[in-house]
Amino acid sequence: MIKVNALGDACPIPVVKTKNAIKELGGSGVVEVSVDNEIAVQNLNKMAKQKNYEFSYEKKSDNEYIVTMGVNADSKADTNINVSTAQKDEISLRETIVVIDSDKMGDGDEEFSKTLLKGFIYALSSQDIPPAKIIFYNTGVRMTTEGSHSIEDLKVLANAGAKIYSCGACLNNYGLTEKLCVGEVSNMYDIVGYLLNADLVLRP
Amino acid sequence: MDKLYCKGGGCTAKLGAGILSHILERLPSQNFDKNLIVGFDSKDDAAVYKLSDDIAFVQTLDFFPPMVEDPYTFGQIAATNALSDVYAMGGEVKTALNIVCFPQSSDLNILGEIMRGGLEKVKEAGGVLAGGHSIDDTDVKYGLSVTGVVNPKKIYSNNTGKVGDKLIFTKKLGVGIICTAARIGECDEKTLNEAIESMTTLNKYACEVSKNYDIHACTDVTGFGFLGHLLEMMDNDKSCVIYADKVPVFEEAKALADEFLITAGGQRNRNHVGAKVFFDNIPFAMEEILFDPQTSGGLVFAVSADEADSLLEELKNINLPASIVGEITEKTNVAIKVVK
Repeated sequence: MIKVNALGDACPIPVVKTKNAIKELGGSGVVEVSVDNEIAVQNLNKMAKQKNYEFSYEKKSDNEYIVTMGVNADSKADTNINVSTAQKDEISLRETIVVIDSDKMGDGDEEFSKTLLKGFIYALSSQDIPPAKIIFYNTGVRMTTEGSHSIEDLKVLANAGAKIYSCGACLNNYGLTEKLCVGEVSNMYDIVGYLLNADLVLRP
Repeated sequence: MDKLYCKGGGCTAKLGAGILSHILERLPSQNFDKNLIVGFDSKDDAAVYKLSDDIAFVQTLDFFPPMVEDPYTFGQIAATNALSDVYAMGGEVKTALNIVCFPQSSDLNILGEIMRGGLEKVKEAGGVLAGGHSIDDTDVKYGLSVTGVVNPKKIYSNNTGKVGDKLIFTKKLGVGIICTAARIGECDEKTLNEAIESMTTLNKYACEVSKNYDIHACTDVTGFGFLGHLLEMMDNDKSCVIYADKVPVFEEAKALADEFLITAGGQRNRNHVGAKVFFDNIPFAMEEILFDPQTSGGLVFAVSADEADSLLEELKNINLPASIVGEITEKTNVAIKVVK
């Protein structure tokens, strides 16, 4: 493992130092980078995504973040997501998770409740900072699958960095497994892990 | 001549738009003055105050830390950038005042060179340098407060584009990335010189050409990046489609973005604007360039479709790398859709 100190460095220096350290690894290995601001963490995360490096970070204080990048020739072979890394794999100011467990918002008139939920997702897509994750289960998975009127809004959210997960068992139960339009399939084990590690969980 | 001490300079040094609007929204409101045609409440490029039916003055100021090492060049760029806001309102430059922060203990010849560069651009703009204010500071910062005039009936607001308008952009994007890379020795001199030429080109010429057309809206692209300023143009009541392949960019900036030589300002712009933009299969480097903070960037004109080709032709005739980059549509669920 190589440690890089990029405290006090303005972008793009932290990225440049990290790239040099990865070059120095000469293959697989881990680089740990200290930076003093969240924007630098986000710029390192963009590099990790493009290069397929494993990425996690820990906030030590308001001006110290430790970013860990794993360079691995076949990092994709590991299909079982370990919750402790999954919990860190996306950045936002807080780990905010939105849970949508129904295709309706509240329990009033059916059509009206569905319209409300559509409006909720649209409003969510218009916020400056997206939630870290949006998790759909039970009839909530109708929102991420064919026939949903919220697909474009969810794509905007995904584009802005929100991770979108639909419960696999739920998709299966409603016969929607082949009809997922946005985000990834997840399972109860991972979903519980995400929720336990959230700073804030919102339900419409 | 010593080189300037360079931190993240130019418009990459701007406060993030998100932070800024939160502060501005909380300021107490002021008494209404009907002659302030464009002010604080809008997110336009400069303030416009009406003096009579035919004349209004345009007021703006801009200053920042150096983004290039040569002080004379820095002065030119800072002035070109500050003067630009007057042109973005469709105005003419009249007077300018220097704004200077400089460490008194360092070589004052450097300051002389910065101000010489600035003066040159004020003269080229047809204005006169009328004074200034200087502060002893640890870091160098320079810019201008500029006053211009405009006919109140012919102001270019930034948010008055119409559905169906074509969007024309007049300079290449990527100067933020290029200056950042140059600062750490990762950019070749030819590319940097091209970027400098672009940053020292007054928007005066594009503005003058545009006067022959019915410009519905105009803004200049600076610190909030192409998409950030475009979002202000859409002003929550319109959307637009941008054709990524038509947007003029410095080719080298793409390669530099692929090496992640990107700025904090660019990421702040992404955080602020990203949720309102839909990228349809756009490569990473192009996304970064569209968020890249521009110092002394070009003008975006919204003009009716039947005038667009002719305006484009005239802009090209004065050697601007202008292009029709997109069009305004009815409001959809995303403010800006970027397609190939």
